Amino acid sequence: MTPIQYYRCLAGIVVREALRFLHQRERFVAALVRPLVWLLIFGAGFRNVLGVSIIPPYETYIVYEVYIVPGLMGMIQLFNGMQSSLSMVYDREMGSMRTLLVSPLPRWYLLVCKLLAGVAVSILQVYAFLGICLAFGVDLPLLGLVSILPLLIVSGLMLGGLGMLLSSWIRQLENFAGIMNFVIFPMFFLSSALYPLWRMRESSELLYWICAVNPFTHAVETLRHALYGQMNWPMAGFTVLALLAFVGGAIWAYDPTRGMLSRRAGPPGG
Amino acid sequence: MNEDANGAAILGVTGLSYGYGQGFALKDVNLTIGKGEFLVLLGPNGAGKTTLFSLITRLYDAHQGQVAVLGHDLHRQPGRALAAMGVVFQQPTLDLDLTVMQNLLYHAALHGMPNSVARQRVAEELGRLEMAERGGEKVRQLNGGHRRRVEIARALLHRPRVLLLDEPTVGLDVPTRQTIVEHVHRLAQDDGIAVFWATHLIDEIAESDSVMVLHQGTVRAAGSVDAVVAAAGGTTLLEAFSMLTKGPGA
Repeated sequence: MTPIQYYRCLAGIVVREALRFLHQRERFVAALVRPLVWLLIFGAGFRNVLGVSIIPPYETYIVYEVYIVPGLMGMIQLFNGMQSSLSMVYDREMGSMRTLLVSPLPRWYLLVCKLLAGVAVSILQVYAFLGICLAFGVDLPLLGLVSILPLLIVSGLMLGGLGMLLSSWIRQLENFAGIMNFVIFPMFFLSSALYPLWRMRESSELLYWICAVNPFTHAVETLRHALYGQMNWPMAGFTVLALLAFVGGAIWAYDPTRGMLSRRAGPPGG
Repeated sequence: MNEDANGAAILGVTGLSYGYGQGFALKDVNLTIGKGEFLVLLGPNGAGKTTLFSLITRLYDAHQGQVAVLGHDLHRQPGRALAAMGVVFQQPTLDLDLTVMQNLLYHAALHGMPNSVARQRVAEELGRLEMAERGGEKVRQLNGGHRRRVEIARALLHRPRVLLLDEPTVGLDVPTRQTIVEHVHRLAQDDGIAVFWATHLIDEIAESDSVMVLHQGTVRAAGSVDAVVAAAGGTTLLEAFSMLTKGPGA
């Protein structure tokens, strides 16, 4: 297999994911409505209750809506990562995963392509969301919209990798509801997406530490700094480590020699 | 043993065993398929046919034994082995919301094919199946028989040397089944493709086919139709199949 064949494979998987996304308009609307509800309703309600002091990367007082934008960008990618994992479980149950896995290209590469395709879709959603934020007058630095792009890829891969790892453990679609409750919500609420960590520390030291080690916190803080043209290396570094762990785990789990897929699938009928 | 011009069997399976939990789903399966050969894997539901397909297509690895395609070991050289293999799975695997063309181009991309070559081959394969005009239709709009034809066309896009079909006619009416059976037989005869066809329906077998009877994970008989009938001590293949799949596996 030559590099151009690897590229064609990547392009094919990305195009398919994009076509599927375009055919599911309700998925696109839902992906935007969710963060907009937080921004426009939750944000309006809490702007006077939850004061945000001057903390990096902010150099002045900011309104609450500005604070939660990076967290909501992360939320879009978190939901998208889980959505992709849901579609992998669906594909596996429905059989279309098999088409992907019998490609002659290495399985790790196919999984990374699948991840990148999901990330591309999530980035489209994030920029649509940011456009609406600007339209509603949320004060965002325009240059920051460019500087976040590479880090959106990193955070998207990390969260997509987590979804893919989870998908290898989910035997049936029905079990996915549990993932929503036990992964998405704790990850989102136990992070710096909606409130700065010092506020959480005031309430509970234990919850603060849970938030502090949550990879989602690191992804959100990386994006928050990037939006203001700053690079938070420790946060970005931890996000990359989490990315490697999740993607590596997913590749391990989907390796046929590990038998994970067969154990999840159980004995076939024929 | 049937071999290609280089002396290697197109598909060779040696000592293949696989277990779920305590029991064996497959035990010591051996087979070879040569150029243009049509081997029917005959077995009742639960015989282990889909397990065998999953191992040959590397959805999971065998605990024991070896699978080789054109002499390429599936475990050590999976890329080369899979590149020579076309697969039609028992479950439908097309994306219903995409068009026939989009589904086929996706498969071509997974094999690293250039778009221009892929489009040309899509036209050829759909033409052979009398579906040339339907490339722009969404798969959801097609009936079961046409979806199966699209899956066969897809499996042939990258010009495989061996075509594996796992109960491809399940749920189809008799005329559609007949059309598909005849088409795949022609692929073996005219194009020299080695075909491995799993079924539990005896009427899909032609006199010239090779047959392997699988029951409870073990091969009960293999060879030409006449050889299998003689091995079972029956007078017809139906009778032989019934005798070979009675009671526990050997």
